[in-house]
Amino acid sequence: MEVRSHEFEIADPGPPPLGRIRDELAVAFTVAGDRRAKRVRRIWLDTFDWRLYRAGLTLQYVGGSGPGELVLTGGGGQQLTARARQARWPCLPGGLPPGPLRDRVAAVAGLRALLPRVSVVSQVSELRLLNEDEKTVARITVDAMTLPAPQGAAIAARLAVAEVRGYPAAARRVGHILTGTGGVVPSRQTALDAALSAAGQRGADYTGKVVVPLLPATPGAEAVSAILLQQLDALEANVDGVLHHIDTEFLHDLRIAVRRTRTALKLLGHVLPGELTLRFASEFRWLGDTTTPLRDLDVQLLSLPSMAAQLVAASADDLQPLAAYLTRRRAAERRKLSRALRSARFDAMVGDWRKALLVPRAAGHASGPRAAGQPSGPRAAELSADRTRRAHTRVLRLGSAITASSPAESLHTLRKRCKELRYVLEFFTSLHDPQLYAAALADLKRLQDCLGEFQDSEVQSAEIQSLAAAMLARQAAPASTLLAMGELAAQLGTRQRAARADFADRFAQFAGGAGRHRMAALTAGDSR
Amino acid sequence: MKVIATYNIKGGVGKTTAAVNLSYLAAQDGLRTLLWDLDPQAAATYMFRVRARVKGGGQALIRGTRGLDEAIKGTDFDRLDLLPGDFTYRNMDLLLDGAKHRVRRLSRLLSPLAGDYDLVVLDCPPGISLVSENVLHAAGLILVPLIPTTLSLRTLDQLTDFVASFDGPRPEVLAFFSMVDRRKRLHREIAERLPTQRADVAAAAVPALAVIERMAVERAPVPAYAPRSQAARSYEDLWAEVGKRVLG
Repeated sequence: MEVRSHEFEIADPGPPPLGRIRDELAVAFTVAGDRRAKRVRRIWLDTFDWRLYRAGLTLQYVGGSGPGELVLTGGGGQQLTARARQARWPCLPGGLPPGPLRDRVAAVAGLRALLPRVSVVSQVSELRLLNEDEKTVARITVDAMTLPAPQGAAIAARLAVAEVRGYPAAARRVGHILTGTGGVVPSRQTALDAALSAAGQRGADYTGKVVVPLLPATPGAEAVSAILLQQLDALEANVDGVLHHIDTEFLHDLRIAVRRTRTALKLLGHVLPGELTLRFASEFRWLGDTTTPLRDLDVQLLSLPSMAAQLVAASADDLQPLAAYLTRRRAAERRKLSRALRSARFDAMVGDWRKALLVPRAAGHASGPRAAGQPSGPRAAELSADRTRRAHTRVLRLGSAITASSPAESLHTLRKRCKELRYVLEFFTSLHDPQLYAAALADLKRLQDCLGEFQDSEVQSAEIQSLAAAMLARQAAPASTLLAMGELAAQLGTRQRAARADFADRFAQFAGGAGRHRMAALTAGDSR
Repeated sequence: MKVIATYNIKGGVGKTTAAVNLSYLAAQDGLRTLLWDLDPQAAATYMFRVRARVKGGGQALIRGTRGLDEAIKGTDFDRLDLLPGDFTYRNMDLLLDGAKHRVRRLSRLLSPLAGDYDLVVLDCPPGISLVSENVLHAAGLILVPLIPTTLSLRTLDQLTDFVASFDGPRPEVLAFFSMVDRRKRLHREIAERLPTQRADVAAAAVPALAVIERMAVERAPVPAYAPRSQAARSYEDLWAEVGKRVLG
């Protein structure tokens, strides 16, 4: 049941002037409610990459002496609530109580877990505003928040006017009276932003995307260092989530940071000192390879429910032994990866890499060769144009050579080159015309989706066949499970064939006149 | 979304008090609950201090020119909303008679609310009419308050036979004894014996108590103003049985 809430702040520091607020409201309503404030704890929840925040939603758990409650607030102040019988975080969206709140959160959060982002201790007073029938027509929550110890900082007190369904005029009138009350102003920020700001944080401070602000004239070495440093930040930011097994997307994002780093070293590494690329390329290959077995198992387990739903001859229950087997293997691979991420080799790698990346940046700033009119290597715009053009040409050449009789390997190679083109486009996002860039990326994504479907189906099918052999050898699966796995492999084979049949059209679209024109415009230098 | 209805051909047997108190208890249990007061007398609406008026009247709702969601009012209690009664509901039979799907119209009107509520409680006016036939088709469980007399049981049997004649899904019928006067021997005997003999009679019974009559004065459900009263406990027991049957 959705209600709308209107938020206000009390500009003056100190305890909220409840008496004055009551007096002002008493002119139009009978004011009822607790005279004694109750203490509650508010925990704001969001995914690691702030999906709710970016979608204009806030989710808070409010816990007091009784059962806790989850409150989801939309940008327009609409609220959905649900009782929370347990308050254990992190929690995947599926662990929330069933109902519209969970559905809405799950649609935005997807595979990501909900984590506590900031918490406050609140002294809450609730007022009810009654009409002449003594019916509650609006509710006001007066909330004096402080950060928990040891910070303990007070946050400007807030008033939330909640509409009662069917009585919107009353809430509007309350809002009107409150804004005429000295010191009460419509809130300029959400309660979450106020709490984050008091805690010295800000929302949406992590994204899985490449966000490196560059100028066309930025020296190439400086641009590449900045790109690589952002990827290193992203990699390190995800390590804890992988180690604590919070959700599968930490490993996914970590692997993307590794792949982007490897691509940057391969395509742009020539502007960095030579020994850097040589030394770290092998270290990042090691890290990428180390993460692959666990990610493959994550993909298998994540895709199992949707594949099981499509079984025709077998039933989903037949796949239970497979799910259990994959889960056991996953636990073993997780332990291996955890050891690698806690190893001295990993610590040395990321530590040395950061130091190495900071050197050319510092040198660039200190010497400022371009500023002094002494060019030394390409600028960011030239580097972007040159490398994007080369990557695009490679994709066109490889793709054009693929015929109906080409081996699967040729499509896999093309997929790798497409990924490189995608990353090099993303590295220099800030230099591109946004519309042109979005259109070029969309062209590429369509092709990548087809190639991804082709290769993923093949890898998964091969994996299922090898799992079936291993499970058979260990007598870990009854015949019904092996038959169901056979059906899965057949499903994957069908998908792979469909993707293969689709390839020629997808590639023709990508390599057609419009696509080439867009890419030519992007690689003509500074496309802005 | 589950739908239950309080229904009896007779008036004054405790349909509205049961609907109000059970809706309140369901909401207290965490269910998003809507009570639709279908009675033109709008007693349930009065008890929640809501004005008995729906914009456009019953005509707008039945014809669908105004969605049910636009007419819903929040009560003073968390998770409990009310679709108010309106005096124009006295013509609801005529409106339903002119509507498409005349015996399933209410069911169709409720279906868009499925995502908003876990439970809908229909407080049905007395009598046998197209409204009650719609209610019997819309609800998964019909809750029948009975004053413990022999004639009341005859009414229950008539209703059960009528429901059994439906094509397609049939609601479960559950009777409970209401306004039980322990001083009367017949009341005591019937209220104690019947639940052990018939599966369609609830073990919980609601006694005739002044605290229940006070609902119209307090304008609130019994458990809200007299939570420790015997009446509140009776409704809690009844909700425990009803909830088990409806929610599993």
